[in-house]
Amino acid sequence: MYVYSEYDQKIIEERVAQYRGQTERFLAGDLSEDEFLVLRLQNGLYVQRHAPMLRIAIPHGMFTAVQMRKMAELSRTYDKGYAHFTTRQNLQLNWPKLEQVPDILEELASVQMHAIQTSGNCIRNTTSDQYAGVAKDETVDPRPYCEIIRQWSTFHPEFALLGRKFKIAVSGSKQDRAAVQVHDVGLYLTHNSEGQLGFKVYVGGGLGRTPVVAPLVNEFVAEHDILSYLEAVLRVYNRNGRRDNKYKARIKILVRAMTPEVFAEKVNQEWAELKDGPMKLPQQEIDRVKACFQPPAYEQLDAQDSEFLEKLESDGSFKVWVNQNVADHKVNGYSIVNISLKDTSRAPGDVSAEDMEIIADLADKYSFSELRSTHTQNLVLADVKQNQLYELWQTLKTHQFATPNIGLLTDMICCPGGDFCALANAKSIPIAEQIQRRFDDLDTLHNIGELELNISGCMNACGHHHVGNIGVLGVDKKGSEFYQISIGGSSKEDAAIGKILGPSFDEDDVADVVEKIINVYVEQRTDGERFIDTCRRIGIDPFKERVYAKNN
Amino acid sequence: MRKIIKDQKVIEDQWVELSDEQCAETLPKGKLIVPVSAWQAHKEQLIAHAEPIGILLAPDEQPADIAEDLEHFALVAISFPKFADGRGYSSARELRTRFSYDKEIRAVGDVLRDQIYLMARCGFNAFAVREDRCINDALNAFNDFSVNYQADAVEQKPLYQYR
Repeated sequence: MYVYSEYDQKIIEERVAQYRGQTERFLAGDLSEDEFLVLRLQNGLYVQRHAPMLRIAIPHGMFTAVQMRKMAELSRTYDKGYAHFTTRQNLQLNWPKLEQVPDILEELASVQMHAIQTSGNCIRNTTSDQYAGVAKDETVDPRPYCEIIRQWSTFHPEFALLGRKFKIAVSGSKQDRAAVQVHDVGLYLTHNSEGQLGFKVYVGGGLGRTPVVAPLVNEFVAEHDILSYLEAVLRVYNRNGRRDNKYKARIKILVRAMTPEVFAEKVNQEWAELKDGPMKLPQQEIDRVKACFQPPAYEQLDAQDSEFLEKLESDGSFKVWVNQNVADHKVNGYSIVNISLKDTSRAPGDVSAEDMEIIADLADKYSFSELRSTHTQNLVLADVKQNQLYELWQTLKTHQFATPNIGLLTDMICCPGGDFCALANAKSIPIAEQIQRRFDDLDTLHNIGELELNISGCMNACGHHHVGNIGVLGVDKKGSEFYQISIGGSSKEDAAIGKILGPSFDEDDVADVVEKIINVYVEQRTDGERFIDTCRRIGIDPFKERVYAKNN
Repeated sequence: MRKIIKDQKVIEDQWVELSDEQCAETLPKGKLIVPVSAWQAHKEQLIAHAEPIGILLAPDEQPADIAEDLEHFALVAISFPKFADGRGYSSARELRTRFSYDKEIRAVGDVLRDQIYLMARCGFNAFAVREDRCINDALNAFNDFSVNYQADAVEQKPLYQYR
């Protein structure tokens, strides 16, 4: 995990002072609402339906037990004792007071945290694979590069006021767990034919009103050149992106209008001047940052612990949990444990202050005091010894953190929706709950298998509905809330935008419709075929026919 | 006379901004800032003017459009019709780094204290702070940060070249 140098610490402390001054000038009437809006958004502060919302950055989804405890404390002192993990691996407080935000930031700075650029039209938190550094299918650990990109993008002088928000994601493994291709810039770490390390660069993906899977604009950018390349991409966007209509201001619209080929050409022209200048990343800097992500002090363990194997045989529910919520670790005798935040007792991604403290204790006890947040709004203990899994599972169970549903239908991505968000057209949390209750039978859930169901309360798509295998979108029709359903989307390496089934459904019918869709799949699937594969094979029509069939 | 910030000091502004129409008539005395369109239409007359000429770049006008004429300008003003429009930051940066323009680059329009720190890093050295705001307060912006990660128009090397 990255540890701040004196420079990093100085920058966030100076930021707290700067933001405190801005807040004071706003409260004194020296800054207008509109002016302060731009400034507070650069610092993650929205004004929502009931209260302000503060989004705290968790760079590339990694944090420590100490930081988790601090966030628990802040949620108690300045909020209502709970917080919400987002699809961009960040944490949101839903009820802070505007005038107390500078104090919250000061507290955060004391544990190397901040809210810099977590909203606004600037470069946002760089996100990554929650299994980075420990995944068995990983080729290169993306975290040092995420951190290098974080530093480059923090208070970049030229790109603080872009046409629209700008999101970067990085992955270094075979399986894409970071939804890389639906970001403004998506980076896959890769080696070229000479064995040199670099990135495959996708530009112009995104969700929102115009969902787009990003086109590939550069097959290979060497690691030393990545910052100059990003700078060139951003400059072309800042200069040429539309400013007249906020719904057409994302880079995806520019790339599409120019065509990816012409866009790539323009970037190359800019890049030619920057590439061999002082922006070239020295190996020394890459090594310095890499040193922060050295593996923890793993013990030498057997690949298969005998006691663990015995428990797997003797305890069926433990086995179900291990199969679903535990992933393979690259080090013998260790496992990656997912903490599910998707049981019916909580809104997806929500944690209470007590939960946060319990989880911090578990990180201390079982996983080198480190934690990760995931873009699917769960948490991860990345380095758990196999022979401690049974004990950990029992504790997780006591606190409703062990629902064995990671990657299954009830592991939904869900935005805060109309209950909290001022932009939403419809509620999303009650829809998630309705579906969770309908599919609460574990056998049914496991029989359905791998399935991503995503819910957004409006077309801004914070709940990633376009890339859900099943996507649910809240729409407003003459003042009532309706839900449009799409199928066939994917956020993985085979990224795709889902197709809309047809007219939207009444709030009370969503779980019924989902059930009908699932029934078609279960009837039609071939042996071992996942939902998404059946969708691709048989197309949308059989699903359409079923959900819109007249009752007889 | 209007006050502006130049090279981190508050001074009296000596420049006059002209519209397209004003450039078509007999030019007034003094230092003149003219729009790109007027420059293109009345180049000879403007070059013949006895005192310095500056040019005004709108956010959608590129430095490359005036690059060949830069030697004629004692000042480039870049306009910010809105506080949140960040295009002019790239214009200033390009003028300094790509076209090596070393005279005054001035931010005009909706210019407030809160943009100044980053604007200065992009190469602006003069700021016509909005007249309803306290210009002396805006001077504090230069001290917002003491460390930056990136290279910029003033500092040639990013922080990692110094670590």
